[in-house]
Amino acid sequence: MKKLTVCLLVFLLASSVLFAAGGTEQKSGVKEVVIGVFEPLTGENGGGGYQEVLGMRYANKVYPTVKINGETYNVRLVEADNKSDKTEAVTAAQSLISSGASVILGSYGSGVSIAAGDIFLDNKVPAIGASCTNPQVTLGNDYYYRVCFLDPFQGTVMANYAWQEGAKKAAVITQLGDDYSSGLGNFFSRAFQGLGGSVVSEQRFQTNTTDFKSILTNIKAANPDVIFAPSSIATAPLIIKQARELGITAKIMAGDTWENSSIIENAGISAEGVVLSTFFDDADPATAEAAKFIEGFKKYLVENKQPDIIPAVSALGYDAYITALKAIELANSTKGPAIRDALAKVDLEGVTGRIVFDANGDANKDMAFIKVVENGQFKFLKTVSVM
Amino acid sequence: MSMTTILQHCLTGISLGGAYALIAIGYTLVYGILRLINFAHGDIFMMAGYFMIFALTSFPWPIAILITLVVTTLMGIGIERAAYKPLRSAPRMSIMISAIGVSYLLQNLSTYLFTAIPRGYPEIPFLKKIFQMGELSASFVTILTPILTIILVVILMILVNKTKTGMAMRAVSKDFETAKLMGININRVISVTFAIGSFLAGVGSILYFTDRMSVTPFSGTLPGLKCFVAAVFGGIGNIPGAVVGGFFIGIVETLLVALGYSTFSDAFTFFLLIVMLLVRPTGLFGEKTVEKV
Repeated sequence: MKKLTVCLLVFLLASSVLFAAGGTEQKSGVKEVVIGVFEPLTGENGGGGYQEVLGMRYANKVYPTVKINGETYNVRLVEADNKSDKTEAVTAAQSLISSGASVILGSYGSGVSIAAGDIFLDNKVPAIGASCTNPQVTLGNDYYYRVCFLDPFQGTVMANYAWQEGAKKAAVITQLGDDYSSGLGNFFSRAFQGLGGSVVSEQRFQTNTTDFKSILTNIKAANPDVIFAPSSIATAPLIIKQARELGITAKIMAGDTWENSSIIENAGISAEGVVLSTFFDDADPATAEAAKFIEGFKKYLVENKQPDIIPAVSALGYDAYITALKAIELANSTKGPAIRDALAKVDLEGVTGRIVFDANGDANKDMAFIKVVENGQFKFLKTVSVM
Repeated sequence: MSMTTILQHCLTGISLGGAYALIAIGYTLVYGILRLINFAHGDIFMMAGYFMIFALTSFPWPIAILITLVVTTLMGIGIERAAYKPLRSAPRMSIMISAIGVSYLLQNLSTYLFTAIPRGYPEIPFLKKIFQMGELSASFVTILTPILTIILVVILMILVNKTKTGMAMRAVSKDFETAKLMGININRVISVTFAIGSFLAGVGSILYFTDRMSVTPFSGTLPGLKCFVAAVFGGIGNIPGAVVGGFFIGIVETLLVALGYSTFSDAFTFFLLIVMLLVRPTGLFGEKTVEKV
């Protein structure tokens, strides 16, 4: 009896694999092109990654087909979860390559993008990063492009802002082993010191830390005017709340990751006055594509049970997708090298502004939006462009 | 470093240590009775965080705390019934693997149900009241944690040493088979053990998350591992040992970060585990056990 049950179980499991495989078979008659989505859906960046994926899924809904040589191809998104982990990222990247992706989109988080970069390069499959801002992502990698601005720019913008607000002493908090956080923190420090300010305290913390009281106590003792703490969404409310609890009154600032309503939700009243830079402002659509996107995407967010505030990373996810489509069209091919060559020639109006790539594969973006948290909402403060 | 800064660090460390101690007791109790390292314990702690979030949306805080503790306790018992009890006569390794399975199940189930986006832990006003003592500033929960930990441990020690249930627990931990022959209801004792462990994890969860304010499906992993080390450090199976271990790890970790060595704060915990296993495998207060045939 027991043996029979075991046999039955084995059979059921085996057949479930068959069914799963059956699902990926192509429908006859319709040609399709596969776009790989390389994003974290779990792990510390799972929340932000999901929002970026939503932007891509929505773009896929708006533009489900692409024309190659006069023939209509269906675009199919294949998603792989890189789990916010550099080791998992390599596995996820390989699974996307083997599923036959022509272009890869992502990832949220620069570290995982850097880790997977070589795989895309070796297999000659171009990747388009949406919100990975660390310079290392595209540097020296001919197959990595990105649609957002870079950390040196972002760091300079925030340092300038702090300096203009009269801050003389800054403290920097960064996450160990996180390329985004340590990179951006570094660029900020350099720019701030270049302006004549001093960095009075540099603190680092481990991934998954939840207790920032010790590093904040050290910062309190150094008495800075501003605290710059580029970090993940999960970390942000903890730093903000614990800083206020310890009686730190300095202005808290961060980068693009912090533009996420869950931070305000979690930090509550303590989040008031937090300043950050971001890619996109939904109150001020820069292009016609943006106006269309804002209207449609808000409904899409509600359908997906999300608050109807558009996260900047969703807008970038959308832009990455339409950039990929444009490149496939220009290339008239589903082959990686052809699409890569076409990417260099792309010039289109995206949601976050005009997208043209430089020799390095970075979009020429020279504008950042500075926002402040006021009355429980992100309020647009000003745009900053740096030459 | 000024005196106030040092005192502030100490306060943080003791408070963190208190929460660690409460979780470490759960590991030690279960190990004492079943010789099982309950890897799902950290995730029970995490689930308690989510229970509190949901309970507090519809009930005032005293009732919400009660619901959280009851549901967490029941979950602990339920997990034992479903995943460990059927394996009681199986090799010890199977039950350990089952525990790892439960741990992953809880993490992924909560990722599925609650998403990986961190949820804000609700504020319980009286716990969050901020106290100013000169230059020192701390919320009430920071001060309450170590005190409550000590009180709960004293109650637990009385329970184990003075009551009939406690006597049964001690008997079972000494010799499983003989205790069974003496007419002790093994299943009841094991359920009680898991109930106490999960209850303390629930209390620890409320104290820990009130101070740290956000819960993700993975919030239980690292505290869980550290508390396991705390339990080993104090001598696994030994309750006061787990408490000392919890406080020790909490304080040292905070001090390391305070001195600027945050790179090594996690490494230290696991280094301690290795050193302890090499030098004194039975822990600080553990008894030398004789392998019975």
